Amino acid sequence: MQVLGHLLQRTVRWGWLFFLIFIAFRHLTSGLSETPTSLGNVALTSSQAKPLTKVIDSSIDSIARKPDSSQGNRWTEDDQIDLHLSIENANRVHDTHLLALGLRKSEVADWLTICRRLSLALVGSGLSLEEIRELENYPTEHRERVHLQNLLADSRHHHYWAERWARYLVGTEGGQFIVYRRRRFRIWLAEVISENRPYDQMVHDLLTAEGLWTDRPEVNFYTATFDSNDGNADPIRLAARTARVFLGLRIDCLQCHDDFLGNVNLGDADHLREGKQEDFHQLASFFTAAKTNGLQGIKSGFSDYKYRYLDENQEVTVEPKVPYDQHLMPNVDDPRERLAGWITHPENKQAARSAVSHIWGLLLGLPIGNSVDNLPLDDDAHPLLDALAQDFIEHRYDMRRLIKVISGLDAFRLDSRADFTVTQQHESEYAVFPLVQLRPEQVAGSIIQASRIKKTDRDSSLLLQFQKLAATNEFVQRFGDRGEDELESEHVTITQRLLMMNGKMVRESVESNPILNTTAHLSMFAKDDSMVVENAYLCVLNRLPTKTEQERFVQRLGESQNRSEAIEDLMWVLTNSSELTWNH
Amino acid sequence: MNADHSSLLCDIQTHQISRRMLLASGASTSLLSSISRAFASDENTRKNQVQTPKNVILLWLEGGPSQWETFDPHPTSRFGGEAKAIQTTVKDLTISDLLPQTAEIMHHAALIRSLTSKEGDHQRAIYNIKAGYRPDPTLIHPAIGAVLCHQDPQTVDIPRHISIIPQNSPGRGGYLGAEHDAFKVNDPASPVPDVRSNVSKKRADQRITDLYSTVEKEFRRGRLQKLEMERTLHKTATDAALQMMSSDQLDAFDVTKESATLRDSFGDTAFGRGCLAAVRLIQAGARCVEVTLGGWDSHVTNHRLQAAGCATLDPALASLIKLLKERDLFESTLVVCGGEFGRTPRINPAEGRDHWPHGFPMLLAGCGIGQGRVYGGTAPEPKLDASNPLEHVENPVTIGDLHATIYTALGLEPHLEYQTPIGRPMKRSDGNPIREILRKA
Repeated sequence: MQVLGHLLQRTVRWGWLFFLIFIAFRHLTSGLSETPTSLGNVALTSSQAKPLTKVIDSSIDSIARKPDSSQGNRWTEDDQIDLHLSIENANRVHDTHLLALGLRKSEVADWLTICRRLSLALVGSGLSLEEIRELENYPTEHRERVHLQNLLADSRHHHYWAERWARYLVGTEGGQFIVYRRRRFRIWLAEVISENRPYDQMVHDLLTAEGLWTDRPEVNFYTATFDSNDGNADPIRLAARTARVFLGLRIDCLQCHDDFLGNVNLGDADHLREGKQEDFHQLASFFTAAKTNGLQGIKSGFSDYKYRYLDENQEVTVEPKVPYDQHLMPNVDDPRERLAGWITHPENKQAARSAVSHIWGLLLGLPIGNSVDNLPLDDDAHPLLDALAQDFIEHRYDMRRLIKVISGLDAFRLDSRADFTVTQQHESEYAVFPLVQLRPEQVAGSIIQASRIKKTDRDSSLLLQFQKLAATNEFVQRFGDRGEDELESEHVTITQRLLMMNGKMVRESVESNPILNTTAHLSMFAKDDSMVVENAYLCVLNRLPTKTEQERFVQRLGESQNRSEAIEDLMWVLTNSSELTWNH
Repeated sequence: MNADHSSLLCDIQTHQISRRMLLASGASTSLLSSISRAFASDENTRKNQVQTPKNVILLWLEGGPSQWETFDPHPTSRFGGEAKAIQTTVKDLTISDLLPQTAEIMHHAALIRSLTSKEGDHQRAIYNIKAGYRPDPTLIHPAIGAVLCHQDPQTVDIPRHISIIPQNSPGRGGYLGAEHDAFKVNDPASPVPDVRSNVSKKRADQRITDLYSTVEKEFRRGRLQKLEMERTLHKTATDAALQMMSSDQLDAFDVTKESATLRDSFGDTAFGRGCLAAVRLIQAGARCVEVTLGGWDSHVTNHRLQAAGCATLDPALASLIKLLKERDLFESTLVVCGGEFGRTPRINPAEGRDHWPHGFPMLLAGCGIGQGRVYGGTAPEPKLDASNPLEHVENPVTIGDLHATIYTALGLEPHLEYQTPIGRPMKRSDGNPIREILRKA
């Protein structure tokens, strides 16, 4: 009996151990492979596609409300109509502008191309085959809208844009470890985006932040600059940052001297003057009101700023003043409150232009004019920018609505190819969709997504998420992170091509892996070579192959003595194409 | 609060062009900027091309090496620590006893002992020294290697700007373009990354054929005119990458081609191998190779960490100088050796030294540099007055001065003005060369 009891005890103990290991393994690998039903869909043509998930409500409007379901942020029919009116109005402005320039527009691109643009802009990768098949369940004219709503509700979007906004707001520098928590700042931004807090509220919260950098993440906007000013907020860096991000003005030169070449004009709209050194330092003076108060973090106080101007012998006290439209400043004591109130004043159109310009840059990968953050007061703004800024103000700085407006414009939806000769001017004026090189994280995201049938998101297994994070970081480092200049257009470098042709990420993505990737899924489940080619194109380039392409690669697969290798080669070719690394 | 930042974001002297002039010329069109930068070679650049290619090897000591334990010991000072001073081959010049082999080649080198900066944070200070300017959120300044490659239109199969063991700070192309970013490789004991195809030649060739003849051709249809040359450069870069993959010049990365004796002289370390590879790469046509040695951030147990760093640095640096001379590359190659800042005089309770940007050394040798010279100095007993930390620094040298000296030594005009992609005028360097250590001074 004793032996039997001992045996039973050991069995139970080992049984528990194996059970726990099994649970852990199941948890780690969940999402790595497809259910038989979904795998079967790989072989289906678009016309034959069946829903991968049950569509609870086929009403587009009900789905359209999904991301805005929080109380007080619900979309009504009137909101939808209003949105369309905004889009139509901006399109009219754009059309008039193109007409004046004598430029023809291309046709609107197909829905898959537009949905790819949306995915790249909002979550930093192309579409998954799973997403494409789901969208195919809707009428063609509704697919863009459904996809946009899905993306806006997707946590990938909130975190992806949080990182992009963090680059605008605090750059990419590490700062002082003790007092600067970039991750917390990023998560706070993700919450702002997720809850669709109005832009003016975000700006206000950042500029008037008080408290500890760990407790109040927005305070990190200030503590990010501690490393260059002996543990205090650096008014110089904050002034330069504020001017660029919130005002769309590059006035950095005024830190050192007056403008003498007409590069920076400030003052009231009807009486612009050359920028002066005082303009920069008066703006900086606001930030000296952010006092470092030991364990209480940042506290509001009074401005206390002295500066010795160029060619002067003595320091002088500099009072906080704004560089234009001083009359819009609210009459409150706290200097930072005054600054925040002025920037978010509905009549401060320049600030609204700057907000639109930054969001436009994130969506299209290029500025609407010459630069995202250089919109001189004395230059006529691009008419489309002006129209959008006015609309943004009138709709209470609703960032999510602005995304919907911009992504509904012709400028976002036109084809990048045309039946007329496409010139640089067509692209710069958005008469066609401009070709823009993807940022490194978008390239990495697209490669990783292309290697999987299902969407890779926070519901994917922990193992997959960890792999994605590690691989992306390594890839971006080698590919070359552009830091804060990520909207500067570049071209491909030799290092980048070597990484794409022979690098670890692409190799692991295209090599057949029975558990993890598209190549193996296509090899095992696509019913014929034609389906392999079609689905490979959809996974990697988010489009169907042309007839020429279809014939070429079906022939390649047919001729090959090793079908699996031939599929790998196809995946490699598509991954290494310009088309993958350029938004079109 | 006083925010009298003496290191300015821009230089009044650089402003020679207005935004309107620039817009009128169309040069600020962002889509064109990078391409035009890639192909444009302005008059100034042509004028500054040099007859014999000049090269740079940067031995980057990341973390902040201590001047007290390397090139500026004060053993009799109460701050001196455990390091002793030893005589070098230059009269009256002593350096730390942790660098005995280096002491034997100092007559070939020049030493700046009074480098100063405003940056005491690693990341910002590294940027400052590598780019010559303090970090500026509005643009990224190019590293010396990028400037050198940008002004020299010659090409070779391998990259000309290379960072060996790059850690977190490889040289950037900055506003000169990503094509001038340093090509990153790790310990030369490992193969060069991403230059070997993962499949047979037959499959690799077929992949390229399908890429060019089918997918790329289809992508071009109906899109921007001259898509390749005016926008993507995809085929150009791919062809160059393929050429590099099949080039014999890749052997330059392989230090096993050298004798065991020579390899041993550099030390059996990644840094030592990196220094040896740097010479081979310069021979093969690279213009700038930086080799990084980390581990200098000695907030605790300073002497032990500095001694470990010196043990790696010493044979590699001495052997590098000797090999450059043996291979007749010394006159055309500038060796720069140093870190982002020095370390505090005071030794902290953890027996460490903290960050100190107020007087730290940089060694220069080779191309354009006078031999056996010393410039500037620090006091053995500085007062440590926080309001005037440079009080006891003799002939303070700014980071801008260092860069101006390096560019002058390389035969490049230090104040040549570039136009950034948004049309902002920017000098190569905002300092003045130190004539006293330049060869013709």
